[in-house]
Amino acid sequence: MADVVVQHARAARTTSARKGGSLHNALRRKSTVAFFLTLPLILLIALFVLYPALFSIHLASLNKSMQKFVGFGNFTFLFKRETFWMVVKQSCIFAVTAVFFKALIGFIVAHFVHNIPAKGQRKWRGMLLVPWVIPPAMSTLAWLWLFDPSYSAFNYTLSLFGIGPINWLGDAAWARFSVILVNVWYGAPFFLIMYLAALKSVPDQLYEAAAIDGANWWQKIWFITLPMMRNIIAITTLFSLIVTFANFDIVRILTSGGPLDQTQIFATYAFRVGIESNDIPLGASVSLFMVPILAVAAIFILRDVNKRGNES
Amino acid sequence: MSRKKLTRRQFVAATAMSSAALITAPYVRGAYAAGKLSIGFWDHWVPGANDSSRALVNEWAAKEKVEVSIDYITSNNKKIELTVAAEAQAKSGHDILQMYTWWPHAYAEQLEPVNDVVEPAIKQNGEVNGTVKYLGQAAGKWLAVPATPGSQIKGPCTRIDLMKKYAGIDIQELYPAGAPPKADSWNMETFLKAAEACQKGGFAFGIGLGETTDSVDTAGAIFQSFGAELVNAKGEPTVKTDQVRQALEYYKKLIAFLPPDAPSWDDASNNKWLISGRGALIMNPPSAWAVAKRDAPQVAEQCWTHGFPSGPKGRFAPYLPYYWGLWNFSKNKEAAKSLLTHLSQASSIEKFVSASGGYDLPAYAKMTTLKTWAEVEPPKGTLYHYPNPHNHQTLSIAASPAPPKIAQQIYAQAILTKMALRFAQGEKMETTLAWAEGECEGFMRT
Repeated sequence: MADVVVQHARAARTTSARKGGSLHNALRRKSTVAFFLTLPLILLIALFVLYPALFSIHLASLNKSMQKFVGFGNFTFLFKRETFWMVVKQSCIFAVTAVFFKALIGFIVAHFVHNIPAKGQRKWRGMLLVPWVIPPAMSTLAWLWLFDPSYSAFNYTLSLFGIGPINWLGDAAWARFSVILVNVWYGAPFFLIMYLAALKSVPDQLYEAAAIDGANWWQKIWFITLPMMRNIIAITTLFSLIVTFANFDIVRILTSGGPLDQTQIFATYAFRVGIESNDIPLGASVSLFMVPILAVAAIFILRDVNKRGNES
Repeated sequence: MSRKKLTRRQFVAATAMSSAALITAPYVRGAYAAGKLSIGFWDHWVPGANDSSRALVNEWAAKEKVEVSIDYITSNNKKIELTVAAEAQAKSGHDILQMYTWWPHAYAEQLEPVNDVVEPAIKQNGEVNGTVKYLGQAAGKWLAVPATPGSQIKGPCTRIDLMKKYAGIDIQELYPAGAPPKADSWNMETFLKAAEACQKGGFAFGIGLGETTDSVDTAGAIFQSFGAELVNAKGEPTVKTDQVRQALEYYKKLIAFLPPDAPSWDDASNNKWLISGRGALIMNPPSAWAVAKRDAPQVAEQCWTHGFPSGPKGRFAPYLPYYWGLWNFSKNKEAAKSLLTHLSQASSIEKFVSASGGYDLPAYAKMTTLKTWAEVEPPKGTLYHYPNPHNHQTLSIAASPAPPKIAQQIYAQAILTKMALRFAQGEKMETTLAWAEGECEGFMRT
């Protein structure tokens, strides 16, 4: 009997030691530590991203007076609006054109900076980043003065050469050009810095080998630089596409969507409908319409990144 | 050392006695005995104008023993509209919040009726015009209190010299200081001829065709002077009418004489146009003149603010009333109403008008002949006709008489200026009308 009691006690001790050990092990596990370290961020994201996102879905399902559930009613209403489809078209033109030129300019300038001797490179990198680090609302105000309808500094300069005046913000084509130009000016340094980092990671031996094989500069870019930078290009493009699609400040400050709504994009139109016209559910629906477009883009771009990751 | 123990009986007796003493004791008013009140006022353009509202509120707070806090919220980039929207959603925030034009109707369900403030104010200060009622009243209930600060008429502000030189019109003769207007000849046709003459002289009228309020307000008054309504008071679309067609035809002729970049103008553009000396006329409250007094005195002394030209259906001037709204979730409604009553007194109104240099317009009929408008200069009498002292024009807002929740969308989405611009840029009349009708039908969702 005494033996049995002793064995029971030993068994109980072992179990509790094992329990304590597993908790201890769990806490020591890297993934657990990582989880706890990221927990504050997860909570912040839940509070400031997840909750507003879910709330906007809820809002988008209500009627104008926000008293009745209408399901997809707001979306079906939007699909019948001529202005909404114009906004969809313009948002796509704005985002795709701006991202393309940001990527192109970023790529070219990154090469220039990469070829500057290391000693002087830092100050160039710093200067070229300036547009990206100034809050866009402020820098766009400066652009607004440059484009000002009546007192444009650009027009003044052009007039010295007998050109103009150009109706920068009052003519639909020029207004579109202007908002895209400012977006490219603001966003190109981001591409530049990402591409510069990618360029620095391409081994010099590859270029040396290509040079021995007689490759010209174009072949070096096409067969070495671009394949080595593909993932960075894809991720940067996706990231920029999301940010550009959701742009608000540049268009709002420069044109407020005019003339005749011809520079209106998703965010500015959502504000016009939701806040200024006091139809918050419809405004939320306009904003949410971006989600499927960006989701499709994200799937395509990220799938490609995975594929290449597996290949390598 | 002995320690006396408190028995249960003693504790109960002491508690009962102290409670009785507290209940029966005479009420002593402390410094903030009547609680707290939080106010969100519109941040005035005119330097120093906020001081008058602050002084009036503090004077009332000291008398009524209420602890007040005031925030001055700018309307730049729609900040005040965002605050109104956020507080309405959160059901929390200021007790009193200044709202303009469409907002009392937009948040009607969340505003405390204020008939007990507005009705005595009307009795004391005179009747309010139809636009103040249209925007501030629903089913006999006053949704908000008409506020003097911010309320404005956006009538013409003309350069006396340029109008005389290029159009041959002596605007001071039509609108003499201190006397009723003699402006029968000041109609849409004269206006158009003057626009053409001044444009040819190199001083075009500065009327915007953008999507901000100044452009929309001018379009609204011109449409109304032709009797053109996009949606009638019953909420039915009335876009395809002869009156709308006439208004568009007129606008097309006028646009030919406006600056070519007018489609991109915002609410600052017309001010700059006048102050820089490039234009012979703008449609604005006296803020441009006030800035010109400081920055371009030679321009300011040639400015004359006066009435709108008349059209076939009458003389309409764009009017934007501001209101003070009291949220129904306010925790100190009685104190708020007491303050709003204080701010609606004739003496308070006079202080608002004086502090704003005549910019602010009271909603009440007996308050349009205050000495400020007669006295400010240069030139003397420049603002005499600004508050419509002789009632020779109807004060109206663009998109009225449509039900306010529909009209707000017509106004905010600048349908009137867009129609005018589309048609002037060569779109067929019927295409423009069909587009506008489609937009208006979309605004009727509930």
